[in-house]
Amino acid sequence: MKTTSGKPSGNSRAVGREVLDSITPGQQVVKIVHDRLVELMGGVSAPTLKLAKQLPASLMLVGLQGCGKTTTAAKLAHHLIQQGKRVYLVPADVYRPAAIDQLKILAGQIGAGVFDSKSTDDPVKICADALGEARRSGFDVMIMDTAGRLHIDEEMMEELRRIKAVINPSEILLLADAMTGQDAVVVATKFNESLEIDGVILTKMDGDARGGAALSLRAVTGKPIKFVGVGEKIDALEIFYPDRMATRILGMGDILGLVEKAQAAMDLGQAQALEKKLRKDEFTLQDFRDQLTQMKKMGSLSEILGMMPGFGKMKAMKNMEVDDRELTRTAAIIDSMTIKERRNPLLIDGQRRKRIARGSGTSVQDINRLLKNYAEMRKMMKKMMSKEGAKAFRRGQFPF
Amino acid sequence: MAGEEKKGSNLFERLKKGLSKTRKSMVKSIDEMIFGEKVIERDIFEEIEETLIAADVGAAFTQDLIDDMREIAKRQDLNNPEILRKILRDNIAFILKKSEAPLDIPKDGLFTIMVVGVNGTGKTTTIGKMAMGFKDQGYSVMLAAADTFRAAAIEQLDVWSQRCGVPMIRQQMGADPSAVVFDALHAARAKKTDILIIDTAGRLHTKVNLMEELKKVKRIMGRELPGAPHEVLLVLDATTGQNALAQARMFGDEVGVTGIVLTKLDGTAKGGIIIRIARELHTPIRYIGIGEAPDDLRVFKSIEYTDALFE
Repeated sequence: MKTTSGKPSGNSRAVGREVLDSITPGQQVVKIVHDRLVELMGGVSAPTLKLAKQLPASLMLVGLQGCGKTTTAAKLAHHLIQQGKRVYLVPADVYRPAAIDQLKILAGQIGAGVFDSKSTDDPVKICADALGEARRSGFDVMIMDTAGRLHIDEEMMEELRRIKAVINPSEILLLADAMTGQDAVVVATKFNESLEIDGVILTKMDGDARGGAALSLRAVTGKPIKFVGVGEKIDALEIFYPDRMATRILGMGDILGLVEKAQAAMDLGQAQALEKKLRKDEFTLQDFRDQLTQMKKMGSLSEILGMMPGFGKMKAMKNMEVDDRELTRTAAIIDSMTIKERRNPLLIDGQRRKRIARGSGTSVQDINRLLKNYAEMRKMMKKMMSKEGAKAFRRGQFPF
Repeated sequence: MAGEEKKGSNLFERLKKGLSKTRKSMVKSIDEMIFGEKVIERDIFEEIEETLIAADVGAAFTQDLIDDMREIAKRQDLNNPEILRKILRDNIAFILKKSEAPLDIPKDGLFTIMVVGVNGTGKTTTIGKMAMGFKDQGYSVMLAAADTFRAAAIEQLDVWSQRCGVPMIRQQMGADPSAVVFDALHAARAKKTDILIIDTAGRLHTKVNLMEELKKVKRIMGRELPGAPHEVLLVLDATTGQNALAQARMFGDEVGVTGIVLTKLDGTAKGGIIIRIARELHTPIRYIGIGEAPDDLRVFKSIEYTDALFE
């Protein structure tokens, strides 16, 4: 990789360093590389958007075709709306068929304002008119979704420069597909030379790309990565944390992300009550049902598993990855049980199974499978709660 | 006749232009290495190796090539560095030839093409351009808007259907893609359509449930029309680099890809990826995309491609 500024000094850092008791020398090396990566990607603190004081602030999204500009425009709007901002979306891609419709539909879904662009208009004029409109209607932020273009297409790059000149945006954000290899560097350099970008959004991070390009982007352009796109849903946009990305590049899982998600979704009191129950081995189907609700709040199951260390790269996980609809089905089955049955699944005989299947629109086989899984789960939890289990857990070896 | 020839050479010039970045990163830099050299130096092999790896052609191809070069350089005249260029060219031509197999569409009966790929590789655009090409060749074409997930994906395909003047089968956004495909198959048969092209939603190859959805679409097709889909076309973005291989393998394992389209070759210096695809996958490359115009989607011809890289 020709991207790092100066020679990485990881080597000299590792030599002569005292190896801590609790970790292996191998882990120590990983730690040093990890820290170095964090540094390269801009340090620990996450840079945020700098929005102009004068309203409306304006964000301009640029990038190659198919890197996810329109989707990200909507995600970013959603993110800002969550913070209480009034957001105005501006479809300025007049070339791709139905790109304008796409943004209008998304705007409707998230409750953002949207400029009524026409595909026959000039993109520069669209942005200028939209700015006036946003100002009159008192929007806080305006997000311009420009057409995808090749960085070598001078004519199209000129269009962006014209938009920039007319609008003077608060931030120009380059979108880069995380799956792009080192080519991303060339693209980012060109866009930066041409437009002087303010930051990068890395999209499609939910694929199997480890995101090594992120490293290069920061090092080459000197511009921070501000957000990462991590899924198809509208809220699947996260603030970029260099330390988490370093962890991901090294394949260690995103524990911080997991904890954060859990914290956002879980109620502390409930969690403590649950832990108590687990310890006493009193985990009932009702508790399981509550867990399902909690988990849904956290996002898709596969997403959560993806953040667990070790799980991300496990080949076997491919088949184990759970269909999220399965969760809904399971919830329906439990909902069709009586309270007594939920407390004591042993009660559930053939007759009851038939009734539950009818009630939940599933089959007796489904009920059997759920009860079997539940029994397994209790066994597993017992193991985890035992002394040996807890030890193994700390070592990062899962007892299951 | 002269007009024909002119058109032909124009197309070739455009291909050359589209591949100019790859040509520069791969062939030109090797030309520069051997330019003016009187003898083949030992370290030139390493330089060539580095250049090729950086161009994304893959380690397997590079290794074979370097072995060939050393072998031939041993046997032949070391005072002729030009031979290296010829070996490179021959090797590329040989590998690409194996992946050349243009779609062969029978003149009778309905031929169905299911187009798949990750988000943003250019599926819908490719379909539009293909439809235009087929129509020009005299086939009757129908499109099916089975990307019911992404906002306005249906409208995007609709614009292409109007541009080409071919019918499109659609349902509302959020509908079951299998249901759209079911309708489309019946409509295509009733109208005695020659080619039905199905646009599916982009999906990352790592998403198990979305791949299941795709399998279901494929299953429904096979049930309604034995032998369908006749072609499962995977659209890969050339700027992706090495991840394209992972995508091809995953989609291949899950839905059985029968052909590949490599788009956006004009935007990348890493067009060498086509060589890696040809060398390491056993799926024919049907089309390449080298620009935005409708006829910039080309039927992949290995000789033309090699010539454009080297001439």
